[in-house]
Amino acid sequence: MKKRRKIEEKIFKALMIASTVVVIGSLLLIIGTIVFKSIPALSLSMITQTPKGGYYLGKEGGILNAIIGSLYLASGATLLSVLLSLPIVLYLNLYSRKTSAFASFTRFSLDVLWGIPSIVYGAFGFIIMIFLGLRASLLAGIITVSLLELPIMSRAMDEVMRLVPDALKDASSSLGATRLETALKIVVRQTLPGILTAVLIAFGRGIGDAASVIFTAGFTDRIPASLFQPAATLPLAIFYQLGTPFPEVQQRAYASAAVLTLIILLISLASRFLIKRYTRHMIK
Amino acid sequence: MKFQPHISIQNLNVYYDDHLALKNITLDIPDKKITVIIGPSGCGKTTLLKSLNRLLEPVEEVKIQGKILVDGEDIYGPKVEVTRKKMGLLSQKPQVLPMSIYDNIAYGPRIHGIRNKKRLKKIVEHYLSVAGLWEEVKDRLHDPASRLSVGQQQRLCLARGLAVEPEIILGDEPTSALDPQSSQNVERRLMELKSEYTVILVTHILRQARRVADYIAFLYLGELVEHGPAEEIFQNPRDSRTRAYLTGEIS
Repeated sequence: MKKRRKIEEKIFKALMIASTVVVIGSLLLIIGTIVFKSIPALSLSMITQTPKGGYYLGKEGGILNAIIGSLYLASGATLLSVLLSLPIVLYLNLYSRKTSAFASFTRFSLDVLWGIPSIVYGAFGFIIMIFLGLRASLLAGIITVSLLELPIMSRAMDEVMRLVPDALKDASSSLGATRLETALKIVVRQTLPGILTAVLIAFGRGIGDAASVIFTAGFTDRIPASLFQPAATLPLAIFYQLGTPFPEVQQRAYASAAVLTLIILLISLASRFLIKRYTRHMIK
Repeated sequence: MKFQPHISIQNLNVYYDDHLALKNITLDIPDKKITVIIGPSGCGKTTLLKSLNRLLEPVEEVKIQGKILVDGEDIYGPKVEVTRKKMGLLSQKPQVLPMSIYDNIAYGPRIHGIRNKKRLKKIVEHYLSVAGLWEEVKDRLHDPASRLSVGQQQRLCLARGLAVEPEIILGDEPTSALDPQSSQNVERRLMELKSEYTVILVTHILRQARRVADYIAFLYLGELVEHGPAEEIFQNPRDSRTRAYLTGEIS
């Protein structure tokens, strides 16, 4: 009996270590592949120039159009999403009753929305565009991607706000604070690190998604000068470059992937830094 | 003992779902005295306290019947913030706000419209002194409040509650999470404060009730069994259940 339990313990420990190694291994492998494959194509002009004529055939230029386009698009969509998510989660956590059927239905809806594939959002955005008479544009892309980000952001914020102890809200209201004051001055403050994380997770999803922007934001070699012009995005730039039969251009696809990964990495690092600053006052 | 009632509870019934948590409570709470609500756990002490500053309402299943008058005015009117401002609350576990020591005190006054920095500074210093915390924190007012010890946090909560100039202080077993020294410190503050405030304290520590109470209300299973001046209740309980509780037969 004793021996069996010891063996069990060993097997499970080995399994845990194996899984951990697989996770870290895949991350390293992905980064390694991207870096290795992109080295021949990496150059300064890659990130400082827009595609020149014949870029997709292997001639000069860079992917500045897609870098700027992606940053515009994901920032716009994330901003829009924050403006929608915050009221939703504050309502769910401070205004609605704990057992409210409406609140649980809202949470359920967000979960369903979370599961909808992004190509469906793309198609849905496309229908709305046609209905409104919009062409493929930065604005249409922003709206579609914000729909994609909304459930991710709201649910992530919701999870952290649910952890706020009732006693903390009571402490604020017993001083005569209104619900809104408690929401904005206490709950948001207490959950700021979680809110920031939610925003960044959503941003990461938004900037990395190709399917939702393929019809809605379009693709262009130019940097968009207004909300009504089409915008290029990094995932689509990767997709188009990988799809060419030329090895040089395919290498550029990996370089674009490296740029996208780097952007996401920088944002994660920035968030870590910000979170450290904002947890100073948090109640544990 | 003749007294001026400050709070008048009339035929208060509180239901959680179908369970009757407080049964037809009628009680006058004396002005500028310490009223201690005693009784075994689960007898409705905290429910009674929370119904006074209307903290019960956010909970879904609660139904409240009856009247609570403060200075002759029904508190279950439309202005819940006004009611709450009249009462400072000390909870079982001190609950500091996620901000600096200074901002914890200034939070209430700011909400109620005081923006002048000089005035806020004065308020913060004054109430920290009243709560006996000023000397300990005056050099680190901008540190996070969460770094204070639990005892200090409870006194910070007291100062924070006083800073909105309430008339009534509600304490829900405010010393239960504190070490003996901090408990004594908080108790002493409350004794000092009764010259200006009406204090209502919930406790399950009988010795504490004996030390601080001017007036006693004994709750048992949601029923107000007996109430009266502390001396009378302690020396001459009329009800057999009160006697049983005081002698430790039930707890």
